[in-house]
Amino acid sequence: MHAPTLRAEPDPSGAAMAAKTLYDKLWDAHVVKDNGDGSALIYIDRQLLHEVTSPQAFDGLRLAKRQPWRLDANLAVADHNVPTTDRSVGIEDPISRAQVEALDANCDEYGITEFKMTDARQGIVHVIGPEQGATLPGMTVVCGDSHTSTHGAFGALAFGIGTSEVEHALATQTLVLKKSKNMRVTVRGKVAPGITAKDIVLAIIGKIGTAGGNGHTIEFAGEAIADLSMEGRMTVCNMAIEAGARAGLVAVDATTIAYVQNRPFSPKGEALQKAIAWWNTLHSDDGAAFDREVELDAASIQPQVTWGTSPEMVLPVDGRVPNPAAEADPVKRNSIERALAYMGIAADQPITEIAIDKVFIGSCTNSRIEDLRAAAGVLKGKRIAGNVKLALAVPGSGLVKRQAESEGLDKVFIDAGFEWREPGCSMCLGMNADQLSPGERCASTSNRNFEGRQGAGGRTHLVSPAMAAAAAVAGRFVDIRSL
Amino acid sequence: MQPFTIVTGKVAPLDRANVDTDAIIPKQYLKSIKKTGFGPFLFDDWRYLDKGDLDIDPATRRKNADFVLNKPQHAGSTILIARENFGCGSSREHAVWALSDYGFRAVIAPGFADIFFNNSFKNGFFPLALKDEEVEALFQESAASADFQLTIDLPAQTVSTPAGLKFAFEIDPFRKDCLIRGLDEIGLTLQHADDIRAYESRRREAAPWLFA
Repeated sequence: MHAPTLRAEPDPSGAAMAAKTLYDKLWDAHVVKDNGDGSALIYIDRQLLHEVTSPQAFDGLRLAKRQPWRLDANLAVADHNVPTTDRSVGIEDPISRAQVEALDANCDEYGITEFKMTDARQGIVHVIGPEQGATLPGMTVVCGDSHTSTHGAFGALAFGIGTSEVEHALATQTLVLKKSKNMRVTVRGKVAPGITAKDIVLAIIGKIGTAGGNGHTIEFAGEAIADLSMEGRMTVCNMAIEAGARAGLVAVDATTIAYVQNRPFSPKGEALQKAIAWWNTLHSDDGAAFDREVELDAASIQPQVTWGTSPEMVLPVDGRVPNPAAEADPVKRNSIERALAYMGIAADQPITEIAIDKVFIGSCTNSRIEDLRAAAGVLKGKRIAGNVKLALAVPGSGLVKRQAESEGLDKVFIDAGFEWREPGCSMCLGMNADQLSPGERCASTSNRNFEGRQGAGGRTHLVSPAMAAAAAVAGRFVDIRSL
Repeated sequence: MQPFTIVTGKVAPLDRANVDTDAIIPKQYLKSIKKTGFGPFLFDDWRYLDKGDLDIDPATRRKNADFVLNKPQHAGSTILIARENFGCGSSREHAVWALSDYGFRAVIAPGFADIFFNNSFKNGFFPLALKDEEVEALFQESAASADFQLTIDLPAQTVSTPAGLKFAFEIDPFRKDCLIRGLDEIGLTLQHADDIRAYESRRREAAPWLFA
């Protein structure tokens, strides 16, 4: 891990004092009441709800005899627990079913808009928000899920919260927040062909570590970020939390404004013109001061594969697994030793010699249409390797699934030996039936390689969709650039 | 909420960095729609040798005798010590509920992930940050003494040990007050309902599409 680049303090005199970061602008626009101690009551424009972190919040409301402050600011969907197989038969697991039914009942009771499990618009909460135009530039967006950072791709201040804060936001439309510090990660220049948003963000996490962004909001900037589609920007911001930052941001530009128009929840006509005028101001001013700056050279980023049990344990695909003997810090050496033992791999082993058992293409990180196209592009006309027991393709939403099917991508996945599933969080965290068994090794496009994340004893290697598809075909990790 | 003032208790040393909330409380327990009952499943994958679930009685499961919470000298611990970046990963507040339900009142570490840190205060649970070398000293004293206890004095903002170590810590005054008094934050915020309404009417004027 490299030390971050620190920027010199800006000149405290002159007009530069007025320059604001994008985060400062979003914060200032939402202050209801400044507490004068670095904290403030911050207004919440949008709350997204799902079944896992909301039942106790609704119970809290009922116990205190409180009503939601503003119903139309909320949008709910079940995603974590839902089966990705045939839904006409309902949810087999009674405990999962009870949780999804609790969300349905709570939304019905209070009158909150919910996309129910059989609705074509159902999907992963962080896919459907943007897809519906429910996530807009300049908003504050919260959800009881740490990957809410995803929505920062739109120049929205978006972050995950706990259940007590879900209840607080429901009851008051605000949160008491402490302002975080400003950090900017600039990815200079252009990435090489075959390098994706996932590789960029994994390389960033590898550089700054999983605690590197603690206490900060990270703005991702630079040519390589501006070159990304909205899908790619969402992938990058999604994993800001894996770098410790509760929120990630990308400045609004023409790509953002083109994406958000003509969606069910987005403004139309005169309101749209007014909105665009404001959205066009949502970028950090020249000369705005950041508490911390980190730079990466885009051209140096290679396809990334995690080898361990923390997203910072990541290497270029042509690398070798680290040797704990080479680590001087005892806490870090201990972490490497534990990770190697858990992952069942040897020090100094080449990444490309690691064979896999399962493949998962999906999750709020990589389940959008562009991700499915990238994977299908690698899979076309090929078959998964004999040692791959299961390969899952799980679209992020019903609408993504429909789009993919209209392009014939479902056929490509199925012909290659993948299972083509219904939308949901699926094997990213295995709350439904989609799990790894102990010792199984998975090439996964998700966001966390923690111990047991995809199933107790399961071993996760995080990669991009194209790298996951290539690993499915080869039965081990391969350099996408060599195909 | 239970007020937190002066807490003296036995210490469980968890010598790991980057303890994530998936490890604190694994996914299968998030299906519960209650806030209580998570204690028996705290650190489930480390604590037991077999796989558990909400409908499996923990008393029937095989315990991992090597895990710190299963060692007799650490039974009944109320203070956890761990290494840097405790509570990283998922936002699940179930992690705090599990620590509290088990009987822990505080965790001491060199640093915490932001969401876990916030969630803790909402539940009267104290994530107490000390310096790296201070945490190291607690680990050493814990290893040297079988029933190591320490005292967290929140009003005085100190941690003290039987061997005579005493460390001062920082805490945000608002959070300190809420912990000491066991306050309900929603009730406090609703005292500013007029401010929220005033903000909304200004905002509705400037950005009507946010209220469509």
